[in-house]
Formats: sequence, C-alpha cells, structure tokens
Amino acid sequence: MANRESLLEYTIPQLLRWRVDETGERVALREKEFGIWRSLTWNQYYEKVRRAALGLGAIGLERGQTIALITDNIPEMLIVAIGAQSLGAISAGIYQSSLPHEIADILNYIEASLVFCDDQEQVDKLLEVRAKIPRVRKVVYEDPRGMRGYRDDDWFVFIDDLYQLGQAAEGNDASLFDHLISQGRPDDVCHLCLTSGTTGLPKGAMMTHRNYINMGLRITEADYLAPTDEYMSFLPFAWIGEQMNSFGVALATGITINFPESVETIMSDLKEIGPHFMFGAPRIYETIRSQIWLRIDETYWLNRKCYHYFMGIGERAAAFRMTGRKMPLGLKLLSWLGTTLVFTPLINQLGLLRLRRAYTGGAALGPELFTFYQAIGVNLKQIYGQTEITGIAYMHRDGDVRPDTVGMPLPGTECRISEKGEILSRSASVCAGYFKLPDKTRELLEDGWLHSGDAGYIDEHGHLVVIDRVSDVMHTRQGLMFSPMFLENKLKFSPYIKEAVIFGNRQDFVAALINIDPVIVGKWAEDRRISFTTFMDLSQKTEVADLIRQEILSINARVEKDHFKIRRYAILYKLLDVDDGELTKTGKIRREFVQNRYQSLYDALYDPAVEHKKVSATYQYQDGQTTTVETEMQFYTVAEK
Amino acid sequence: MNSLVVSDVTLAFGGLYALSDVNLTIQAGLITSIIGPNGAGKTSILNCISGFYHPTRGAIRFGDRVLTRASPHQVSSWGIARAFQNIELFRGMTVLDNLMLARHRKLDYRIWHAFVYMGRASRQEAINRAIVEEIIDFMELEPYRKQIVGSLSYGVQKRVEVARALTLEPQLLLLDEPMAGMNIEEKEDMVRFVLDIQKERHTTVVLVEHDLGVVMDISDQIYVLDFGQLIGSGRPEEVARDPKVIEAYIGEN
Repeated sequence: MANRESLLEYTIPQLLRWRVDETGERVALREKEFGIWRSLTWNQYYEKVRRAALGLGAIGLERGQTIALITDNIPEMLIVAIGAQSLGAISAGIYQSSLPHEIADILNYIEASLVFCDDQEQVDKLLEVRAKIPRVRKVVYEDPRGMRGYRDDDWFVFIDDLYQLGQAAEGNDASLFDHLISQGRPDDVCHLCLTSGTTGLPKGAMMTHRNYINMGLRITEADYLAPTDEYMSFLPFAWIGEQMNSFGVALATGITINFPESVETIMSDLKEIGPHFMFGAPRIYETIRSQIWLRIDETYWLNRKCYHYFMGIGERAAAFRMTGRKMPLGLKLLSWLGTTLVFTPLINQLGLLRLRRAYTGGAALGPELFTFYQAIGVNLKQIYGQTEITGIAYMHRDGDVRPDTVGMPLPGTECRISEKGEILSRSASVCAGYFKLPDKTRELLEDGWLHSGDAGYIDEHGHLVVIDRVSDVMHTRQGLMFSPMFLENKLKFSPYIKEAVIFGNRQDFVAALINIDPVIVGKWAEDRRISFTTFMDLSQKTEVADLIRQEILSINARVEKDHFKIRRYAILYKLLDVDDGELTKTGKIRREFVQNRYQSLYDALYDPAVEHKKVSATYQYQDGQTTTVETEMQFYTVAEK
Repeated sequence: MNSLVVSDVTLAFGGLYALSDVNLTIQAGLITSIIGPNGAGKTSILNCISGFYHPTRGAIRFGDRVLTRASPHQVSSWGIARAFQNIELFRGMTVLDNLMLARHRKLDYRIWHAFVYMGRASRQEAINRAIVEEIIDFMELEPYRKQIVGSLSYGVQKRVEVARALTLEPQLLLLDEPMAGMNIEEKEDMVRFVLDIQKERHTTVVLVEHDLGVVMDISDQIYVLDFGQLIGSGRPEEVARDPKVIEAYIGEN
C-alpha cells in the first residue's frame, strides 16, 4: 500500500497525530484499573501526550536531552516517552529490577536530565543514589502511594501536576504543540535502548523514529494485523520487543494496546483480553505449557484420556501444518475433532483462542515446544534479531515453521553471511549506533552492514540457522567450524540431560561431558527397577549410559553436518554448579574453567582406547571439611549408525 | 476525628478478672499498640470496644457515643471496624464476595429491588463495588480477587481480613495480631499497609501485636497490660525502659 509506505516519513509523535485524524474515536490504550478495563481513545491518548510534552518542557526538558523511564507497563510509560519525543528529547527505558548503583551508572552514561518512575519502589532507589546523579533535575512519579514523605521535596513532580503544567504552558496558543512536533525528522534519535552487556555497562543503541515505524510496517507486511486487533503489553519497556510493538506496530497499524492490572495478574488479564498476537521470551511459553500440564493432571479421567489421545493426533497434524504439506483426509478429520473437542476449549481457558500468531525470541526454544503449541492450535513462531535492528531480522512464515531455524528475512531486510560466518543484516530499522561509543559503533556498522556477532548459516530451505556467538565458535583440527552451544542446546532439549559441555576445539571430533537430570533420570531408573544409591552411582550405570547414547544418536542423526556428530561421551559424576565456579551466575558454562578442572577426563575423552578411568573427587562441606570419594568413570564411543 | 476513651473498665467472668480498672485513651489519627504477655487481656479490651463483651464496670466512649452497652453492629455502624486474630472470613467464597458482603450494612435496597436489579439495587451495588475495588487496590489483592479464600496462603488471608475491615470505611480500626504467623517479608508488607492505613486513609489504628520490634517501630503510643491490669504506657522508648514492663516480659531481672 502506497499509503503505508508514506508513514515512514513521519516521526512517532507525528504518526500519533495522523492516527488521531484517521481513527480518533477508536480505542488506542486500555488499562485495567480498579477491576475495570478503562479505555483511552487515540484522541485522549494524543491529548495526554500533548500535556505531558508541554509539562516536560515546562520543567526544563529540551531537545536532545534524555529522560529515563523506570516503570512497569502502564499507559503513562508511552505518554511520557512520546511526550518527550515530541519535544525532540530522547527517552530511554531502564529495567525495573535494576539495583540503585546500576541505575546511577546508566543515568550518568545516558546523561539523563529527567527520570520517570511509576512508584515509590523506584523513587526510593533514586533517593539512595541521589548524590551520584547530579544531572537528574527532576523525577516524575505516577503512583502517589507512599509518596507522602516526599511531597515537600521539589525534586519530585507528580504526573497530574505535570499535566497541569502542560495545560498552563499551552495557555492560549493551541498551535504550540503542533509546531513542536512538526520540527521532528524521522531520522532523529528518539530512544536509547540499552542492550544487556555480558560484562560492564550496557550500551545504549540509538533508535530513530524511522527504525520503529519501519519495523511496525515490515512485521505487519509479513503477518497482517487489523486495526481492531488487541495486544497485551507485558514485556519490560526497557526491552526492544516492547518498544517495537508499542511504538512501531501499534502506531503503524492502529491496534489497541492493553495494560495489565499488575505484574501478578498478567495471566488472568490475558484471558480477559484474548490478544491477537503476542511476543515473549521462551520462558513464558514454558510456563504456559506447565500450567496446561498441571491442569490436565488435575482434571478427571475422561478429560485426561481425550487430551492425551488428541495430543498425539495434534502433534502429527502439526508436523504437516508447520511445513505447509497437505494432510491425509483421516488425520484431517481427527485433527478437526481434537480441535473442536479439546484444544479450542483448552486454549480459550488461557485466553489464547483469538491468537493468530505467537512469537518467541531472545533465546533458544526446544523443538518439542513448537510442536506442542502448533498441536494445540497456537501458531508459535521463532524470530531472530537484536536490539540494534529494532528486534527482528528473521522470522518464520506461516506454514513454514522449522523448529531448528529462525526463519527467513523480514521484508525489507537484506541479510548475508560474512566470510567469517557472521550474520550481517541491513534495513531501515538498523539503529544509528551506540550512544557516546564511536568505536563500538564503527565495529557494529562496519561497511554499512549490522554486525550481529552471531555465527550462522542459511540452510537448503533458505532459512537462517543461528549457531552461536562468533567468539564462542570452535574449529575441528581440519578447520571445520562448529558451535558448542548449538550442540549443547540440542542435548539439553532432552529431558534426561540437565547440562552438557561440548569439547572439540582443534581435535579430530566432538566429544561431550554430560550431566544427567537427577530427578527425571532417577524416576526413570526407579520405574525400571534399576537400583542406585547416590547421584554418582546413578551416573555410572550402564543403563543410564545407554539412555544417553540413544539421545546422542538421535541428535547425531539430525545434525546438518558430519563433523557436528558427537563421537565420544562420558557422564560426569557430579552436577556442574555455580558455587564450584563451573557455571556463571546466570547458569552459563565457564568453558575454560571446566576444561582445566576436568583435564584428565578431557584427555580420556580424546583417547579412544580409554573405556574407564579411576577418578577421585573432593567435596567440601559447608563447615569447611573435605572428603574424597573415588569412583570409576566410564567413557563411551558412539558408533556410526 | 474522634478519640476513644476507656475509663476504669473492669471485665469479670464470675470471680475471674480479665480486666481490672483499665484506663486508656486512643488518640485520633495515631497508631496505638496494646501489648502484654499471653492472657494479659489484650483481646478482651478489643472485645469490650467492639461490643462482643460488655464491661462489668466502667465506660467506653468514642467521641460523643457511649460504647459501654452497645452491640457489635452498632459499634461498627459508628465507624469502628475490627480485623480478627483468627481469620473470620467465609472460606468457601471468593475474596471479592467476602468484601462485597462485608458492606451489606451500607446497602438499603429491598428484596424486590434485588429481583429486578434495576435502579436502586444496581446503582448501590455499583458504588459498593467501586469502594471494594479501591480497597483491593490499596491492599494489593488484585491477583486474588476471584479466588476462593480457603485456597489462599495464610499471609494473603490476613490481608483479606484487614481489607474486609476496611470496606466499612472505619474511623478507627482494631487490628488483632495482624502479623502473627507471618514470615519476615509478609510482616514487612503488613507494616507498610498499617502505616498507609493510618497516613493515607486517615484512620486511627489500635494494634494488638506480639512482635515487639514491629510495635516499637510503628506505634505512637503503647499501653502494656499484664494480668488484666495496665502496668505501663507511653511512647515506645519510654515503655522499653520501664522496669515493670521488662519484668512482665522477661521475668525478674
């Protein structure tokens, strides 16, 4: 649509004004408050943004300055952010869970002159570091609860007072605001999105109006959204995913954004709204599935029987649907019956009935989860992208959902793989660089392409397969590239495997050190009357080794390249642990440390002659005493099928 | 706002004196705590104030009103509400229904209004719901609105119990051990709620509580009972130094 393309020439506030002219009386925002969903039309939304903008101007926010927002998902987060953007100022989101000193560091880095907080909890954090943030001139708060002690402090501004200041600033000049937003240009930086650095301070990606609006247009070009569609805003505002939807998609399409009553009520609010699309990290989909499993477990036997029978049918049907193949008539009939009898009521219970598409991104999601959701009739798809490209570069298309891939480039996105194997992309949604970090910006945008830092390749269907961070990629002795994380993830998708460490850098083949899941493998062993005493004992049982061998064989059968195949493995006698320094705080493997610590096991893995080896493990108790246990560890070679 | 004055109250069950000549003044707008060892008569005092017991001798006044012989429903209609130590809720009903029901005294439509549910009945129910929702928001009970009370954790039930008392929009709130059996985090939440009830809802609070740390932290005035007699009173720091109080709590020093 030519009309749609012209939206690219607007800034976010200008697009809001355009929405008002187009669909002013339609509902733009909806928030549950005091048990009732309260709506704001585009007219009212715009009116509030206008007052907020002029109010922010009145308390000294100027073009080019930044305002940080630390808030749960409430309409005011958009009103204040777009209000600031209307003045030509730059908004930035900070995670609500950030600690006071982290907030201080970020505020100083982005040179914030104002901060918006939703409640006393965030305000108190700022008070704690007030001496360290001299640039912050005012703090606007939304919820007056618990703020009675701060009323006399003119550092704080209550949002209603801000609106009044805005009203007063306008005075008789009704064109003041119009004039202000007309000065904006689509390529102006409007928001700083902080990317999570694994070390040190986050970097602020400078996002432009066009970045967001382009993303909104491109997503909906691939997956159509009607202006009457509903969206539930529950992702953190500091995350690109939320901004992409509430700035980009909402303004480009005119959908309604719904705000939950509180963080704890998201699931029940979701049910009341019945959104048409949703984004989320893998965890939320895992949570919803556990909920379903739990409820099925608790229901009466007929329900359970039906569920399990039709789940089998559903999974078979999903395999056809995901690849766009035609189903045989019998399966089609049964699948229809299952949908009618079981799955429609089931997903209606969760509020997912109207969901046309659900997207997952941010981390790897197990393939069985895709099949599960597709089986119950939820069109779950993978996206891939980074903050610096406004969230999405690649996405699955309907009827072409391959769980191992992240799909095809979004319309308007050029993608290629560099010689080093790095994923590069180019689109109107690539950010303008990092705030105050010219060196990093140069690295990021070398030769006009966005350098993702991820390694990947395009498979035979034209889908992108993401392997790993480029810096983590390993090479075999023959120089063939492989990713330890990619293989570890595949192993970890097995319920029996809790943790896995892949070796093979500059070796002839790939080998794995496996941690079995004590609970699930323990239960598995009990069910088969395999007796064991401790975790150490269980881990060295031949039956367990066979179980793991089956898992490895099935992975080996599915991997794309021959040198990915795992040739040798051993099951570690203890669980990798954060306290032992083997894992980071976020649960990632500290590769070098693990390899050094288990050097003798590593040597045995790469000596095919070794079948078992005596190892002694030293344990330290909490009171400081240590004890040494000896065990015989088994090493296995995986035969070629 | 009204102050509550308890003068020379004695409560006797036959020859057993639960309270003997107790005098206390609950000043409007403050948090007043009543403390004392088990069996000291703390709950008896609350029972006398709320009309469950009538003192054998003495008088209780709340502003101009005399509560001495008043029945519980009269007391509640005069602006005094109470949250019980042993949660007194309908366990089989939802949180919302419990709170709506607690306001039945504020409704004055008839059964025929209820049948057609138009005009007065629906109007009053809507107003009621708005007030109840405001309290749900205040006590942060949104996630539990539609849940059955019996299925909730003890800490949340305690919060519902306090919310139920608040639905009566009292001037004076009697809280009988609101923090008993709670973990640290739940206690911290409850303390915040009690302070907000006093400061933001402008309600006088009478607190009976065993956790002395909490009592010392948030009370404006403390009365100490032992074996039905008032053995000390004053601001927290005064009470903490009082040798009689220390003896009653720790034994001989």
